[in-house]
Amino acid sequence: MADKTDKKIEVRNLKKSFGDLEVLKDISAEVYKGEVVVVIGPSGSGKSTFLRCLNRLENVTSGTIIINGADITSRKVDINKTRENIGMVFQHFNLFNNLKILDNLTLAPTQLKKFSNEEAKAKAKIMLEKVGLADKADSYPSQLSGGQKQRVAIARALCMEPQIMLFDEPTSALDPEMVGEVLQVMKELAKDGMTMVIVTHEMGFAREVADRVIFMDGGYIVEEGTPEEVLLNPKEPRTIDFLNKVL
Amino acid sequence: MIKIISVYGTLLLTALGRTLLLALLGLFFACFIGLFFGIMGVLKNRVCNVIAQIFVDVIRGVPMIVLAFFVYFGMPYFFNTIIGGFSVSLSALQAGTICLALNCGAYMAEIVRAGILSVDIGQMEAARSLGMTYGMSMRKVVLPQAIKTMIPTFINQFIITLKDTSILSVIGFPELVNSAKNVQANTFMSFQTWAIVGVMYLVVITILSRSAKVLERRLNVGR
Repeated sequence: MADKTDKKIEVRNLKKSFGDLEVLKDISAEVYKGEVVVVIGPSGSGKSTFLRCLNRLENVTSGTIIINGADITSRKVDINKTRENIGMVFQHFNLFNNLKILDNLTLAPTQLKKFSNEEAKAKAKIMLEKVGLADKADSYPSQLSGGQKQRVAIARALCMEPQIMLFDEPTSALDPEMVGEVLQVMKELAKDGMTMVIVTHEMGFAREVADRVIFMDGGYIVEEGTPEEVLLNPKEPRTIDFLNKVL
Repeated sequence: MIKIISVYGTLLLTALGRTLLLALLGLFFACFIGLFFGIMGVLKNRVCNVIAQIFVDVIRGVPMIVLAFFVYFGMPYFFNTIIGGFSVSLSALQAGTICLALNCGAYMAEIVRAGILSVDIGQMEAARSLGMTYGMSMRKVVLPQAIKTMIPTFINQFIITLKDTSILSVIGFPELVNSAKNVQANTFMSFQTWAIVGVMYLVVITILSRSAKVLERRLNVGR
C-alpha cells in the first residue's frame, strides 16, 4: 500500500512539445512509494508521452520531474543511473531479438556491473520462475507468444531491481486470451509493494489494482482520485463521456 | 589457349592473388570507415550527420579512376610540391588500398546506416530504459541485429570492390587486369587472354556469392 511519507515521483508543471504540437500542456502529479497509479484516457491524450518523460525517453520541454529526490530534467543528473532504478515495460515488448531469453535478462545487470555473471544468471532464473517461464530460458524471443514475451519483458525489468515500474499499455498488443496472464503478473507485483505507473485501457484491472486513477485528455490531467471516485463516480463531463464509451 | 595457360598460368594466378589481396585490404579498412561514418550518420547530432553525408556524397560523386589518380599522383604532389618539405611517396598497393577503402567505405557507410535504421527503435529504447548507455545498447543490441540484415548487401559490396580493383590497373598495380594486358601484348592472343581472365573473376565471385548464401542462412537460425 502507498506510503504517503515517501514521494517516489513528483512531476511539476510538465510540458512537452513535438515541434509545434504541444502534447503535454501542464501536468503535475506525484506517486508515493508502493502506490499503483493507473493512467487512462483517449488515444492522443498524452498519457504515453507522460510515462516516457518519467525516465526521460522523451526530453521534457519545461517543468521538473523529481525521482527519489533528484530532478531528472537537470543535465547534471546521470540519466543512466536513474533509469537503473526505473523499470519500463513497452506495448510491443521490445525483447532483444538477437539474444536468448536468459541473456535478455542478464545483459543489462552484467553490462552495468550490477551483478556478476553467476549472480545475474541466478537472479534471472528466479525472475523467470516468478513469471512462470523458467522453461524458456534458452529460447529466442521469436519462439514465444505475445503474452510470454511481455512476461519476459517484465522479468527483464525486474532483474535490475528497480524501485519504480512503468507500464506503457502492456496488454494493448496482445491477443485477448493472453491479457490475463500478463495482468496476473502485474497484480502480484503490485501486491509485493512495487511502485507502479501503468498506462492501460483495462478498466477492470484499474478498478481492482489501482490505488489512484488519473484521467488525461488533451495534454491535461482532467480528473484523479481513487478508482471508486474516478471510474464509478466521475465528476468531469469529459471523464463521464470517455467512460461511457469504453465501459 | 593451352599455351597461355602453360606459360602465363602462374603469372595470372599470382596476379589474381594480388587482386584478392588488394580487395581484402581495401575492404578491411572500408569496414572501419563504413562503421565510423555509418554510425555518425545515425547519431542524434546534426553536425555528425552532415559530416557523414558530405563524406558519402563526395566519394560517391567522384569516379574511382579519378580518385585513383588523385591519391596516387595528386596527394604526393600536394605534400611534396605544393606544401613542400615532405617526401611522400605511395606505392601502387598503398594508393590502391586507400582508394578502394575510401570508395567502398562510402558505400559501406550507407549500408551500415540503413542497417541500423532497419532495427526497430524499440530495441534501443528498451536497452536505454534499463540504464545501458548509448554505446552499450548499440554494441550489444542494435548492431548485432543490424549486421544480420546487412550481410547480403555487404557481400554484394565485396563483389563490387573485387571487380573495382581492375580500375586500379591504371596506376600500375600488377593485379589481374594489369598483368593480363602484358600477356596480351606478349602473345597477341587477346580473345584467349581476356576469356581466361573473365573466367577467373567469374569463378572467384561465384564461390563468394554462393558462400554468402550459406552464411546468410546460418545466421538466420534462431531469428
